[in-house]
Amino acid sequence: MSSVSYAVRDSTTMLRRDFRHSLRYPAMTISGMAVPIVFLLLFVGVFGNTLRAGIAATGSGVGSYTNYLTPGIIVMTAGAAAAATAVNVCTDMTEGIIARFRTMAITRTAVLTGQVLGSLIRTMVSGVLVVAVAAALGFRSTATPIEWVAAAGVFAMLTVALTWLTVAFGLVAKTPAGASSLSLLPEFLPFVSSTFVPAASMPAGVRWFAAHQPFTPIIETLRGLLIGTPIGDNAALTIAWCAAMTIVGYLWARSRYDRLPAR
Amino acid sequence: MGLNSLDFDVASRFNNGSVTQLNHDETPTETPANSVRRPVPSVAASTGTTLAIEVLGLRKSFGNQVVLDGINFSVAEGTVFALLGPNGSGKTTTVQILSTLLPADGGLVRVAGYDVARQPDPVRHTIGVTGQFSAVDNLLTGTENLLLIADLAHLDRTAGRRRTTELLERFDLVAAADKTAATYSGGMRRRLDLAMTLIAEPRIIFLDEPTTGLDPRSRHTTWKIVRELTAAGVTIFLTTQQLEEADQLADRVAVLDGGHIVAEGTPTELKRRVPGGRVELRFADPAALAAATEVLGRNGTKPDLNSLVMRVPTDGAVTSLRALLGRIEDCSLPVESVSVRMADLDDVFFALTGSADTVHDSPATTDGEGL
Repeated sequence: MSSVSYAVRDSTTMLRRDFRHSLRYPAMTISGMAVPIVFLLLFVGVFGNTLRAGIAATGSGVGSYTNYLTPGIIVMTAGAAAAATAVNVCTDMTEGIIARFRTMAITRTAVLTGQVLGSLIRTMVSGVLVVAVAAALGFRSTATPIEWVAAAGVFAMLTVALTWLTVAFGLVAKTPAGASSLSLLPEFLPFVSSTFVPAASMPAGVRWFAAHQPFTPIIETLRGLLIGTPIGDNAALTIAWCAAMTIVGYLWARSRYDRLPAR
Repeated sequence: MGLNSLDFDVASRFNNGSVTQLNHDETPTETPANSVRRPVPSVAASTGTTLAIEVLGLRKSFGNQVVLDGINFSVAEGTVFALLGPNGSGKTTTVQILSTLLPADGGLVRVAGYDVARQPDPVRHTIGVTGQFSAVDNLLTGTENLLLIADLAHLDRTAGRRRTTELLERFDLVAAADKTAATYSGGMRRRLDLAMTLIAEPRIIFLDEPTTGLDPRSRHTTWKIVRELTAAGVTIFLTTQQLEEADQLADRVAVLDGGHIVAEGTPTELKRRVPGGRVELRFADPAALAAATEVLGRNGTKPDLNSLVMRVPTDGAVTSLRALLGRIEDCSLPVESVSVRMADLDDVFFALTGSADTVHDSPATTDGEGL
């Protein structure tokens, strides 16, 4: 076998390990799935009427607030799942088994790749759940099957990018509690974006931040694909941001993994 | 897949004929190791024995704390080597460097003929490591842990399953095979750990304090396994603070203290360095010990403030014992208990590491064998 096929085999083995972990210790997976659904229910059920009125006043013409909100909540799903990954990775690194892996001739980052793939699968599942709940709450998409596939692609790209970043967070943090606070970043950054209200409605300084942070173009791209708002250069920005986060996250995680203390 | 990697009978792999040399052409090379140039086997010129481990001038510091200050030793293929030392003497650091977990600051380390710094992957193919802290996956069952390591060692499916079944039986884990490792007792966890180390049949095994914290029965089980592995030609490098363990298992022992190897040789050679036995006097409090030191504090007598024990060298003769007891009585020393012990590795240990006047012998002067 070539080293590439060993890399695939090792990563698959690690993915299987990660999958068993999420079955045996499902708390993090469940909380990762529950958070976006809770936000969806909260913002549609509690704040929905007021927010819709406000958004209608800005004249963005997106129909129901559920339609406006859902793409943003989908993005939050990726953030929440990535936060769970940071905690999982950090907990895993405190286990003695990692030292064993590092004394074996295994593809160097297979253990991390396994975590990222596992997280990708779990996040795609929560994404589907979120869309189902949103549909039950009145979300109506204008997307064609091709647009759905494109939306799923954007979601997967974002998940991989965020997960590599949070894997690095998990390796940097000394304790799972530390990893948990670092991972608040991807979990709460979507609040200061166009998830809940358009960036244009925010005060000047916040508006500038919301307009330029990575989540906003990603949300706008999803919104465009799912409910037909204009996308413009957001698609290009989305690809650029995701690629950048993936590369930085991967390289950072790999170098931290190589320099893990022996124990 | 490696030729014999499916076969648990390690002996067939190591003992074909009377070959004691690492046969690199027959070494399973399931790996990127193919692409690495074959090393010239290192042979100790004087004996013709192939070296499994060769360490020259190994240095390691953490910050400004020097842990290993240029240590040298070598381990012949198929032998058991024990690194003996008190807590914090650098035993674990040595294992971590030898097993590619930590980079060295200086010196040369070759394992199975490969430089650990430059060719870590072929080294990793050859070794198995059981660290001081359990390296099992707590969320997986015993079976799943073993299958995981079999997969990562690139055994094929059926071979992995067969090895797993064999090892579960051999390590008495069949009943617990489907329980998660988190529910295991300390001894079971250690056995699972060792089983995981053995799954890919490594030729060189590192055991870092393999029996620390085990009950006597589990300790003997571990010793038995070490002996079986040695009989099959596996090289074992172990660290221990239990002198009995080194005495029981090791062909050669090195004593590590203060970043130096302060003595090296066979257990018998080391014991020969401390002639005679000793009388151990136990005291109730430091004041009593201090008083006794006043009276008896000559002739190489050493008070140990931690255990409140004073060790007085003796030739074991009745007259000298009577004389010692007489002095204790004359001076009304409040001795709690007295015991007479014959020389063992403890004496070597205390003589070499126990006090401030430890002589840092270099291995060359300690024992003249051309290692």
